[in-house]
Amino acid sequence: MLGNALREAIRSLGRNALRSFLTVLGIVIGVGAVIAMVTLGRGATQAVSDQISSLGSNIVFLRPSRGFGPGQNVVPFKVEDALAIAREVPGVAWSTPVSLRTLTVVAGNQSWSTTVVGAGEGYLEARRWEIIKGRGFTPSELRAGVASCIVGQTVARELFGNEDPIGQRMRVDKFSCEIIGLLDAKGQSAMGTDQDDIVLIPLRTYQRRISGTTDVDSIQLSLADGVDNERVLEDIRLVLRERRHLSANMEDNFRLIDSKEIERTLTSTTRMLTVLLGAVAGISLLVGGIGIMNIMLVSVTERTREIGIRLAIGARAADVMLQFLVEAVVLALLGGAIGITLALVFSLVAAQKLGFPFSPDYGIVLIAALFSGAIGIVFGFFPARRAARLDPIEALRHE
Amino acid sequence: MTEPRRQGLPLIRLRGVERLYGQGDARVVALGGIDLDVWPGEFVALMGPSGSGKSTTMNILGCLDTPTRGSYRLGDVEVTELDNDGRALLRRHTLGFVFQGFHLLPRVTAQENVELPLVYQGVPAHERRLRAREALAQVGLAGREHHVPSELSGGQQQRVAIARAIVARPKVLLADEPTGNLDTARSHEIMALITRFNRERHLTIVMVTHEPDIAAYAQRVVHFRDGHIERIEDTGEAA
Repeated sequence: MLGNALREAIRSLGRNALRSFLTVLGIVIGVGAVIAMVTLGRGATQAVSDQISSLGSNIVFLRPSRGFGPGQNVVPFKVEDALAIAREVPGVAWSTPVSLRTLTVVAGNQSWSTTVVGAGEGYLEARRWEIIKGRGFTPSELRAGVASCIVGQTVARELFGNEDPIGQRMRVDKFSCEIIGLLDAKGQSAMGTDQDDIVLIPLRTYQRRISGTTDVDSIQLSLADGVDNERVLEDIRLVLRERRHLSANMEDNFRLIDSKEIERTLTSTTRMLTVLLGAVAGISLLVGGIGIMNIMLVSVTERTREIGIRLAIGARAADVMLQFLVEAVVLALLGGAIGITLALVFSLVAAQKLGFPFSPDYGIVLIAALFSGAIGIVFGFFPARRAARLDPIEALRHE
Repeated sequence: MTEPRRQGLPLIRLRGVERLYGQGDARVVALGGIDLDVWPGEFVALMGPSGSGKSTTMNILGCLDTPTRGSYRLGDVEVTELDNDGRALLRRHTLGFVFQGFHLLPRVTAQENVELPLVYQGVPAHERRLRAREALAQVGLAGREHHVPSELSGGQQQRVAIARAIVARPKVLLADEPTGNLDTARSHEIMALITRFNRERHLTIVMVTHEPDIAAYAQRVVHFRDGHIERIEDTGEAA
């Protein structure tokens, strides 16, 4: 019975193909908007979180800041602070002091302005960054502060083009160093900066040749997997407060920024956008549903005599109801299917253009399909009931 | 006469059937209390001027309308006690309809029109196809299975309608002016076909008509006037 109703519904809709299509346009747009939005939203979120995790997972930045109150100066970190955190706080995988400055580097007749980072021990590990060519600094090189450097992909390309940078010499600010390693590509950061535009030198070298002090700008930490972040962050805070001689009534004069927090901010922005556009999609689905109801009412009127014939032949009210309900559901599902298809194609193209990953949520696709079916049932119910309640004699007489 | 045919219990038994429309002063008496028995295998014609109650009787017999008062037994079922679904099931399994205006589904082939009652009976598709082809062959339309009604003449359309009415093997065929839209030659062809089903299958037939020469095919003619049965006439037509 259902199979027949289905076949008849498809045929009856096929007879009025243009009308059917126009009717479902509202659903097409509604479902399409939802799917396109969710797909692109997920792509964007994923792009952002990929970038964040490319910083390293469970990354925490520590920066000195000015505490509140009079006479408070910025107290810089020392290398010792990073070591103390690694030593005293369980759950910290790596703790590395980092200083950086934008400087011009020169090789041959090429020059390039880039970020020069003074990296302590564990810098690459904390950022989960690999060297794909050459080697990293040895502990003794780090301690000695040798004139060696590791370059990022962008710097290598700008200075040496297709040439192998390993073993070449490069001038950083006022000193010359030998390139010993090439970093893996990391791409853009969440903030849109090129993470591969970087030169690493030992922190000791940086302090001696560039900054001239033993201060460090920041400390980068990476937490071990599966630890309670809140607790570890609190422990780090306590260790730093003690080291920085803060009494109980004084504010922190440093900031902890963890990557989870950055991610949360970004995803909540995307989510809000999704909710907003979801409301728009909801309205167009409602309009689409009303369109289906309208056209089904027209269809019931047009086919009154057919309904009469069916009733005379032995259709029960429920059979007629089912027939029109199935037709409404097929119509709505058709709209949903068109909407889903268009949205996926659109998202695929848009994702490529915007450089997001194409990341459809098939759960949402399924929900959208079920939802459009539900729209068919809800908005098809009233017309179907009207058809089922027709008086067979009146219906047969209808021209 | 044909008295021997009327043996045993009647298949259709109307007692004191009234049908009233409207309320109060606007009340119209369509049927003023009629009694009628139709025995299995009989062919009965209902005649009378318009408004005489023959169409109302037909609608009641067809379980499309219900009497305001009175009793209608079809076989061993008291129809007046049934709800809408019960009457629908009687139409589905026991009754076949032929209408003046053919009432075929447009844009659907002859074959599919004939299959329709079997669809509602839940007959599997394969068997439906076979039985519909067989029914079309019996009304002389073999080879026309895939024509849609607009490609068929009036006589052919009525044949399709007859095939549709008999395909589900009903006990009673109800024909409401089956020749009303046809010319004389076509009318007699259709009547020959209906008569054949009556004789060969002992299909009980109740037919409404206002043409005496069409009514003459029946064994009894029930004359209606003003909502009452005026007289019942035996035509002497052999069963």
